[in-house]
Amino acid sequence: MDNAYDGLTEDSEEKHWAFGTGFSTALAGVDRAVPSGVDHDVLAVYCLMLGDDALIYSQRLAEWCSRAPELEEDVALANIALDLLGQARLLLTRAAEVEGADRDEDALAYLRDEHEFRNVRLAEIDCGPGPGGDFATTIARLLVMSTHRLALLQRLTGSLDPVLAAIAAKGVKEVAYHRDHAAQWVLRLAGGTEYSRERMVAGLERVWPFTDELFATHAVEAAVAEAGVGVDPATLRAEFDEVLDTVLRAADLDRPDVRQVAALAGRAGRDGVHTEALGFLLAEMQYVARSMPGAVW
Amino acid sequence: MSARQVAEQVLDPELPVLTLADLGVLRDVCEEGTHVTVTITPTYSGCPALDEMRADLRGKLAEAGYTDVVVHTVLHPAWTTDWISEDGLRKLADHGIAPPQRIGPRAVGPIPLNLEPPTRRVQCPRCGSPRTTELSRFGSTACKALRRCEDCREPFEQIKEL
Repeated sequence: MDNAYDGLTEDSEEKHWAFGTGFSTALAGVDRAVPSGVDHDVLAVYCLMLGDDALIYSQRLAEWCSRAPELEEDVALANIALDLLGQARLLLTRAAEVEGADRDEDALAYLRDEHEFRNVRLAEIDCGPGPGGDFATTIARLLVMSTHRLALLQRLTGSLDPVLAAIAAKGVKEVAYHRDHAAQWVLRLAGGTEYSRERMVAGLERVWPFTDELFATHAVEAAVAEAGVGVDPATLRAEFDEVLDTVLRAADLDRPDVRQVAALAGRAGRDGVHTEALGFLLAEMQYVARSMPGAVW
Repeated sequence: MSARQVAEQVLDPELPVLTLADLGVLRDVCEEGTHVTVTITPTYSGCPALDEMRADLRGKLAEAGYTDVVVHTVLHPAWTTDWISEDGLRKLADHGIAPPQRIGPRAVGPIPLNLEPPTRRVQCPRCGSPRTTELSRFGSTACKALRRCEDCREPFEQIKEL
C-alpha cells in the first residue's frame, strides 16, 4: 500500500500495523488546540524531549525482561518499562500532532535517526543486564530518572497545554511507584552484604556523571517554561537533591564524588548529541520496522 | 436493552470478574438516534488492554443491534482506583484479589517518598488474616501488587491504590 500507516486508524480492526494499534483518539476529551502564543515547533520538540526520555529508557528497562535476578523483579522492571512506553506513546502522538508534518508516533519512534532523538543521555547508556552494568546500576539509574521525572511531571500537571497536563497527571501516579521501588532497592542493596553495598556504590558512580545534564536548561525548555506550557528543568534540582539525599542518608551512602560528563561543544542529548550507546539501542529497536515497513499481522 | 446497559455489562479483559463499569473505565455512553459514542479511559498510560476493550465494546454492542459505534479514549481526568464501584470491590475480594482502599484526592505539592513498603493492613482474601506481606509492588498486570498471607501462606494479588 502507498501509505504504510493506513493500518493505524481506529477503524481498521481487521489488521494492525505490527508496531502500533491506533492511538489516535487517546488524546480525545481534552482541548487539543495549541494554546495561543505558543510556537508549534517549540512545543513539538518539547514533547519529543519528554517522549524520547520515556521511550529510550523504556527500551533499556525492557532489556531486563527474563534476565532480572528474581521473577518479581523481572515483572517489576517490565511493568515500569510499560508505564514509560505508554507515556512515550502519548507524548510522541502529541509531538506529531503539534508538529503537523504528517508523521505519527510510529514514524517518530521507528524512523528517526540518532541525532533526531532528544532524550537525555542518562536514558540511553547501557546499565546492564549485559556487560554495560548490573542490577545495582539499573536501580541507581531508576532512582535518578524517576526522581527527576516525577518532579517534572508533577509541575507539568499545571501546564497551559491541556494535553500535556493530562498526560502528566496520569504519569505522576505511575512514576511515584517507580521512585519508591528504586529507593527501597537502594536501601536493600546498601544495607545487605558488603558485596551488595559495593555494587550499589559502583552503580551510583556509573550513573552520577549524567545527572547534571538532567537540569541543564535547553533553549526549547526555557521557551516552553516562559510560555507556561513546560518546565525549566533547573527548577527541579532542589527537590531532586532533597529526595536523593533522603535516600542516600537512609542507606548510609555518600553522594558519588565523580566528574560530570561534559557536553560536546555545549550540546548534549537534548540537542541530539548522544553517546555511542544510542545507535546500538536504535538498531535493535527499529530493526523490524525498517526492514519490513508497513508489515501487518 | 439500551446501549448503556449493554456497554455496562462488558467485562474487563484482564479482570474478567469486573465489568468495565465496575472498574470505572467506562466513562460515558451517548446514544443519538442509531449512533452510539462510548467513552473509556485507560487505567495506566501503557495499559495494553485498551484495544481489546474497544473491540469487546463494539462486539457486544453489535450483537445487541448497535452497529454505528465510536469508542473514544480519554485521558482526563486520570483514572483512580477510587472509581471502582462498591460492587466491584466486593467482586474482587470474592475472587481472591484484595481490593484497593479508598484514597481520596491527592494533596497538592511534592509527592512523599516511601522508603518502606506500605505498612497498612491488607486482609488475605482467602482466609481473612490481616497478617500479609508484600512480595512485589508489581504484579501480573500494572495495576496489581503481589502479596502473601503469613497464616495460610497463600500468595494473592492486590489492586494497588492509584
